[in-house]
Amino acid sequence: MADLKARIAARTAKEFKDGDVANLGIGLPTLVANYIPEDTHIVIHSENGFTGLSEETRKGEEHPDVINSGGCFVRHTPEANFFDTSMSFAIVRGGHVDVTVLGAMEVDEHGNLANWIVPGKMVAGMGGAMDLVVGAKKVIISMLHTQKGRPKILKECTLPYTALGVVDMIITEMGVMEVTPEGILLTELHPDYSLEEIQAATDCQLRISPELKAMEEA
Amino acid sequence: MIRKIMTADQAVADISDGASIMVGGFLGTGTPEILMEALVRKGAKHLTVICNDGGLPAKDGRPARGVGKLLEQGMIDHLIASHVGMNPLVGQGMNDGSLECELVPQGTLAERIRAAAAGLGGVLTPTGVGTMIAEGKETMTINGKEYLLEMPLTADFALCRASECDDFGNFHCNLATKNFNGVMAMAAKTVIIGSEKIIKTGENHPDDFEVPGIFVDRIVGGEQPWLI
Repeated sequence: MADLKARIAARTAKEFKDGDVANLGIGLPTLVANYIPEDTHIVIHSENGFTGLSEETRKGEEHPDVINSGGCFVRHTPEANFFDTSMSFAIVRGGHVDVTVLGAMEVDEHGNLANWIVPGKMVAGMGGAMDLVVGAKKVIISMLHTQKGRPKILKECTLPYTALGVVDMIITEMGVMEVTPEGILLTELHPDYSLEEIQAATDCQLRISPELKAMEEA
Repeated sequence: MIRKIMTADQAVADISDGASIMVGGFLGTGTPEILMEALVRKGAKHLTVICNDGGLPAKDGRPARGVGKLLEQGMIDHLIASHVGMNPLVGQGMNDGSLECELVPQGTLAERIRAAAAGLGGVLTPTGVGTMIAEGKETMTINGKEYLLEMPLTADFALCRASECDDFGNFHCNLATKNFNGVMAMAAKTVIIGSEKIIKTGENHPDDFEVPGIFVDRIVGGEQPWLI
């Protein structure tokens, strides 16, 4: 499982350009930062109020006033800037974040996303997720392809939406997909899986790119 | 000049049952813990609390953080927040019916508070269009894009945390403790600051404070750095 998550994070890291402003969600998306190539300098936005997020601090090195949006003590880069929540979300909604990477409970072929509530079960709240997916220029969902064997890429989301038509790209351990007006286009397939296997793990019909490539290993 | 400096207990003495309070902070970072403690001692009930989150619960012998202190005493009837997943007391309260929780997207929460502070009649945001959040709300289409009308949010009190405050009330919040503190200080009727450090007016350069003291009614010293 850890290997699969590392594979997804490493492939996601290839989507960044030098100079990008990025926001990485909690969990698997946070791992993406470990795989950004050294010659690609990105600025990570932390929605609790700064740009220039760096790695988690080691025990004993924590600064009481610097946490990330998951509540962990973190370091900041030399070019970091700290601001209030209103500024933080002006950055988010105003289109100043180039790429956001989030996980999902469900994504559908229209690019609709559900990742904040399971009615009657999990009520965590949306935090900044609704703002991020609406405001960021590119929305990448990086996640395991299925949940306990159940497809997460669907014809229609069944859970309440986080936002409509916002997802641009989906990266899983099985492959890389783009959301297009005609549905979900498979552009890369991991060599461990066949086209039949990835389709069987997906609820909606996948379109196969004529330039289908092998998904690169980390 | 009006004397604003007082003890935490004096500062919260008129927060009565049923009051609405804004509390600064993000998972406890930037929350005035000394004011939370004073409010627990005061024992106000049936509060409406507006905060980014539900704070953190007590864990492994460490006390609850932020709004978590009020939640564990059952002081809150109505919580308006963006994320409550880090404090199981919120989910429990919602399940047993003792707590009503309104979830608001984080950016929308900040702008609703800012709208009240800035005298605006509301905010048009693309966040939440087509979701549960949009239910019962007006929408407007501007230049072909759909927006939700979100209403201003104010409160009787704002409890904010400063790293440094002068005795007039101009204040500064270090690094990631800024979050909601500045905007909440603008939006509530009575504003109480819990500050790590209080200095004499004029000792610092005006550039050193990002929030004007004209919003601040009461100042309490003794706030501590928190490493939990």
